[in-house]
Amino acid sequence: MTAEQHNQSEMPSTGTPVFQVTHLSKAFGELQVLKDISLSVNHGQVVSIIGPSGSGKSTFLRCATLLETMEHGSMSFMGKTVCEEGPQGAVYAPVSELRKLRALFGLVFQNFNLFPHYNVLKNITDAPICVQKRDPAEVLEKARELLKTMGLSAKENAYPCELSGGQQQRVSIARALISNPQILFFDEPTSALDPELTGEILKTIRALAARKMTMVIVTHEIEFARLVSDHVVFMADGVIVEQGPPEEVISHPKNPRTQAFLMKLSHKA
Amino acid sequence: MPLGFCICGLRMSKIKFISRVTSIYISIMRGTPLMLQLLMVFFGPYFLFGMSLGDSYRFPAVIIAFSLNYAAYFAEIYRGGIQSIPVGQYEAANVLGYSRAQTFFKIILPQVIKRTLPPVTNEVITLTKDTSLAFAIACAEMFTQAKHMASAQRSMMPYVAAGIFYYVFNFVVAFVMERLEKRLSYYR
Ligand SMILES: Nc1ncnc2c1ncn2[C@@H]1O[C@H](COP(=O)(O)OP(=O)(O)O)[C@@H](O)[C@H]1O
Ligand SMILES: [Mg+2]
Repeated sequence: MTAEQHNQSEMPSTGTPVFQVTHLSKAFGELQVLKDISLSVNHGQVVSIIGPSGSGKSTFLRCATLLETMEHGSMSFMGKTVCEEGPQGAVYAPVSELRKLRALFGLVFQNFNLFPHYNVLKNITDAPICVQKRDPAEVLEKARELLKTMGLSAKENAYPCELSGGQQQRVSIARALISNPQILFFDEPTSALDPELTGEILKTIRALAARKMTMVIVTHEIEFARLVSDHVVFMADGVIVEQGPPEEVISHPKNPRTQAFLMKLSHKA
Repeated sequence: MPLGFCICGLRMSKIKFISRVTSIYISIMRGTPLMLQLLMVFFGPYFLFGMSLGDSYRFPAVIIAFSLNYAAYFAEIYRGGIQSIPVGQYEAANVLGYSRAQTFFKIILPQVIKRTLPPVTNEVITLTKDTSLAFAIACAEMFTQAKHMASAQRSMMPYVAAGIFYYVFNFVVAFVMERLEKRLSYYR
């Protein structure tokens, strides 16, 4: 797959992390949502973020994908600076620079956010053609290839409203993949789906992991997190409470809060 | 309608002062009778500046008054439409690298047009019927003509004819808008 070739060709020789954030803090008014979060993601790594509702997981992804600005901290993609901590807090790179950096990452939303007035093909191809000014023929070919791997070849002319939730989510993953991102962020990609449809999305993500796509996934699917990730982060009240390999954090949690959270989840199931 | 679009832009401006002033404008335009506004626009220049614009000003005055008034209504319809678009659409566009202008014109506006079509149709129909108010400044619109003819002929027929004409016109408006709605109903 081309995304992978692309990844490899730009793979940093010195082991620069694909994504790195240090001492991130973020508040909404009085409410301190994220406190001193640091995370580094290497090429090919799959990081899962778990934690109770309201712990700041989405806000973290939104800071990482430039939908929110952080007050303090530094962040970089492929060693290229997004923002750096200065005397008065985080200082962001100029807008023109940030625009270029956007091509390095993709975000998959909980509720897909496909453009309802565009058909499947246009949803996927519009940004690369109109924003990145890539060759339309090449983009179209790539889009069809992606749709094929997603099992959606027959749906390229359908509109989002004509698709099931699982199909819509696969289209939105294809839309995120077409710009050859170095890293993909997922915010609860299966939470808006009927239980019988979550499987197909999890399968798609696992296929990406097998192709060494670098990913950060916020999820409540603990079993899935255990299987797919190299690194698990447990977040609560805006701090990283515990992190490590899944066999530690999920199977043998040390922190009482992690234990309580996992306990509650397993009881619900 | 285009003026309403501009006013909507001002109303939603991030600059507090501009959006404040625009919202007062909208409030006045919607809170006072159109007839009064019409008289103000027509007689205003005379009383304020002593300008006598004469007969040729009648028709422009009607156009100005109607535009100013209806722009306020259209502005509010557009604003409702824009605000009804989920933030997720902006966020998805942002992450995909669309500029603010691209996001608005490619992603948001087409959806706003679809959503505001029914209320816009309503307003256009009301607007057509409101043209009969132009008789206040004796601009020779259809209703006034009908009145003259009715008194001359001592018959109801001219009124009936005028009524039919209004109806046919609005029927055409409604028909065209409905076709437009159908054409846009390929999604959601
Ligand atoms: N735009 C916002 N304005 C104010 N508060 C917000 C905003 N977004 C999120 N929050 C608050 O931040 C906290 C963390 O939210 P979120 O990141 O969505 O948590 P999670 O995704 O882990 O459930 C919550 O208390 C939420 O109410
Ligand atoms: Mg969330």
